[in-house]
Amino acid sequence: MDKSAYKHVYVFVEQRDGVIQPVAFELLGKARDLADALGEKVVALFPGYQIANSCQTLIEHGADEVICIDNAQLKDYLTEQYVQVITQVIEEYKPSILLLGATTIGRDLGPRLAARITTGLTADCTKLEISEDRELWSTRPAFGGNLMATIVNSTHRPQMSTVRPGVMQKREADATRKGEIINLEPKLDESKFKVRLIETVKEDKGKVDITEAKILVSGGRGIGCKENFEKLEQLAGVLDAEVSTSRAMVDAGIMPHDRQVGQTGKTVRPNLYFAMGISGAIQHLAGMEESDFIVAINKDKFAPIFQVSDLGIVGDVNKIVPLLTERLAQELKK
Amino acid sequence: MKIVVCIKQVPDTTEIKINPVTGTLIRDGVPSIMNPDDKGALEMALRLKDQYGAHVTVITMGPPQADLILREAFAMGADRAILLTDRRFAGADTLATSNALAGALRTMDFDIVFAGRQAIDGDTAQVGPEMAEHLGLPQVSYVVDLNVKNENTVIVKKETEDGYQMLEADTPCVLTVLASANKARYMSVSGIVNAYNREVEIWTADSIDVDESKLGLKGSPTKVQKSFAKGLKQAGEVYEVDAEEAVGIIISKLKEKFII
Amino acid sequence: MNFNLTKTQELFRQMIREFAEKEVKPLAAEIDEQERFPAETVKKMAELGIFGIPVPTQYGGAGGDNLMYSIAIEELSRACATTGVVVSAHTSLCVAPIMEHGTEEQKMKYLPKLASGEWIGAFGLTEPNAGTDAAGQQTTAVLDGEEWVLNGNKIFITNAGPAHVYIVIAMTDKSLKTKGISAFIVEAGTPGFEIGKKELKMGIRGSATAELIFNNCRIPKGNLLGKIGGGFPIAMKTLDGGRIGIAAQALGIAQAALDETVKYTKERKQFGKAIGQFQNTQFQMADLKTKVEAARLLVRSAAFKKDSGVPYSPDAAMAKLFAAETAMEVTTKAVQFHGGYGYTREYPVERMMRDAKITEIYEGTSEVQRMVIAANLYK
Repeated sequence: MDKSAYKHVYVFVEQRDGVIQPVAFELLGKARDLADALGEKVVALFPGYQIANSCQTLIEHGADEVICIDNAQLKDYLTEQYVQVITQVIEEYKPSILLLGATTIGRDLGPRLAARITTGLTADCTKLEISEDRELWSTRPAFGGNLMATIVNSTHRPQMSTVRPGVMQKREADATRKGEIINLEPKLDESKFKVRLIETVKEDKGKVDITEAKILVSGGRGIGCKENFEKLEQLAGVLDAEVSTSRAMVDAGIMPHDRQVGQTGKTVRPNLYFAMGISGAIQHLAGMEESDFIVAINKDKFAPIFQVSDLGIVGDVNKIVPLLTERLAQELKK
Repeated sequence: MKIVVCIKQVPDTTEIKINPVTGTLIRDGVPSIMNPDDKGALEMALRLKDQYGAHVTVITMGPPQADLILREAFAMGADRAILLTDRRFAGADTLATSNALAGALRTMDFDIVFAGRQAIDGDTAQVGPEMAEHLGLPQVSYVVDLNVKNENTVIVKKETEDGYQMLEADTPCVLTVLASANKARYMSVSGIVNAYNREVEIWTADSIDVDESKLGLKGSPTKVQKSFAKGLKQAGEVYEVDAEEAVGIIISKLKEKFII
Repeated sequence: MNFNLTKTQELFRQMIREFAEKEVKPLAAEIDEQERFPAETVKKMAELGIFGIPVPTQYGGAGGDNLMYSIAIEELSRACATTGVVVSAHTSLCVAPIMEHGTEEQKMKYLPKLASGEWIGAFGLTEPNAGTDAAGQQTTAVLDGEEWVLNGNKIFITNAGPAHVYIVIAMTDKSLKTKGISAFIVEAGTPGFEIGKKELKMGIRGSATAELIFNNCRIPKGNLLGKIGGGFPIAMKTLDGGRIGIAAQALGIAQAALDETVKYTKERKQFGKAIGQFQNTQFQMADLKTKVEAARLLVRSAAFKKDSGVPYSPDAAMAKLFAAETAMEVTTKAVQFHGGYGYTREYPVERMMRDAKITEIYEGTSEVQRMVIAANLYK
């Protein structure tokens, strides 16, 4: 294959109900770095319905061009409809790189697309870089996060990767950026549409099993009472996390047993574990020491929890938690 | 109703440990299991068997040892089992794997193909949709529930980040299922007693309908450039500072680690 | 000679371990604490066919072997010794004698329901004055027309209450001593048959242990199991088989205590290192591990002999004796290794130590096992 015919870094811009998803901005930020390294352009590939007004913001966040495909058939994501329009873009414009968010949409669309155009796809990347020979190197976790692997696709184009939301940094919007908006007329073959959307339901998923949670805010004896646990709930709300606890709080009747981490509770392995006012009795450590990143706050600087934490703070947890909640809320709103 | 369920044997990644001295993965003694999402898919198929008398075939691609998960599927209630095994499949990435499975499915008759959403050793979620594309069949991924509407249509519930979607799909179709869709049944004792008295069909690259150039290493666009262990854990820094400063440290550290 | 499990046995071990870990273990502390019969687990086990493992398929069983059965009891007991004994008493003490001594009619009537777990089984031999000396039976059965009339009391009966079918040993002719003892099948709900006082026990506290009271209890003539006067050998053979079950239960408890202790001594640090790093710990643990493995070989060898149809009575006695004493030793040391924590209910080893003790007592005390072994040695 003539790889030189394929140019530029494309980003699939995911929208739901017309709202551009945060991961699209994060991908534009990363695509900017990759395109700059290659000396090429960032192109936002934006299918949807009644979305024309949102194209400018993609330019402000790093796109040089926006290919806007505005069509009533594309209002809601459906695999075949989206695969058809993106295949059309790939065939007409020949991108070198195509990035998608590793969301339920991106992870449904990406592989179907890769199979249709016969190319490789690397899933759930946490790091993207351009190698010396101008190939895309995509690094991703495997074996349940125990191993990292760097994947290349040097024989097929485009090089496709999906990226987990929240991994890449979006750029601050720059209102002075200029770019081109291309409106593309989709060629849709309706005879292939075999899946129909009946309804989309949003639901408050409520409490997740603590063993499934990506982030846990865990409170122990140092939290003390039910009122203070409500403060932990607020912090958890900001982080989309779950609240868990130690045995002492379960025995005291402050927290239910299904929230208990430890030898007699559950073994958890979240990406982030906050040990709030937990001294780190061996029985608790047994249930959480495999967590990817542990932040411990305790007033006793000799507490054993600090032997397993990645970041330890010696201080008053009940003072720090509300402040942390407030600052994180501001931070995540950005 | 005829159903095919694609399953995979995977190392139980929750049992994988890191060697504290070398920082490499310890794979010895790690049990091989039926991939959890695939088990959810098999359970969904077996419920259609309970309800409508569906005929359930399980198929796996892997080394001869993958026979074990097919015996397990028999003991859970599967009617037929196929092991796709051939050196020519070796080194396959997701695209080549999906081509091999699609090649096998082309020779079969079915109404629904089930697969797990993703396997715990790779977590890619690609083989199901890629296979659907090769077969030219509609797909729904992240399926958590299924109802048969009529002979040609199923209603499926697809899980999304903030809720779910109800979708109607024409059959034949490919559905990829989450482990959380159901609680898979255990093997029954009598199923276990019979499991090794039944025949697992062994298929090779010659048994299936696909161009050989699409298989194995040759048919794989992606290559692993390098792989490395994530590194070892040791006690991190401890700060004794006031609340304001502590919050600043926490937030900058979380950003540095891309957790927020 | 081959010490490996067959592929079928290995697949079975995989299933039963997963079942025990996920369904049985989470309830172990609770049913012990509440002294509650695990009815919900019984229902789940019934669905999988765990109550009919060695029963032939023509009687609704799974058609498995006694080795699989011993693996089931070991793995269930590793999670919860109470759950292990529910299945063991049912299978070894009720299903097995019907399978081995029942008429075709009795087998067709009872085995399908017992194998499916719709009915649970129990066995009544022990009396206030007939424990180790089982020949001193005072419960009587007298033929009156087409019915046997039972009178007397049985004590310490496992599964009494939840069970639907009871194998009851009674004296039909006192003058003939052991040759005047017969076995009967008694169904729950028969007039004149009542469940008496439930025992409060040290261990296996979730298992139902109670008294059986027979007061002019009339059962059909056809419910005699085996021949008139054939009850004593039936009871002894039944106990031989039962000992494999109890040996497997003891083995499961011992293995569980060993696992817990390895885990704990890896994590617990004193004097700057994990206590598992001290040679004192390691040497003791090495000895315990060796004993557990030896017990496993004895249990499997006895089960294998039973499956092969060769005499296994002394093998079952040796397996039970050694496994039970190993369980007691391992659990006692496990508590010691856990120190103060081990004495609390926060850790499961205290429960295991309480559960282990019964394995040295029921279905023949360790002293009885030594009698059986020695009798075989000096015959």
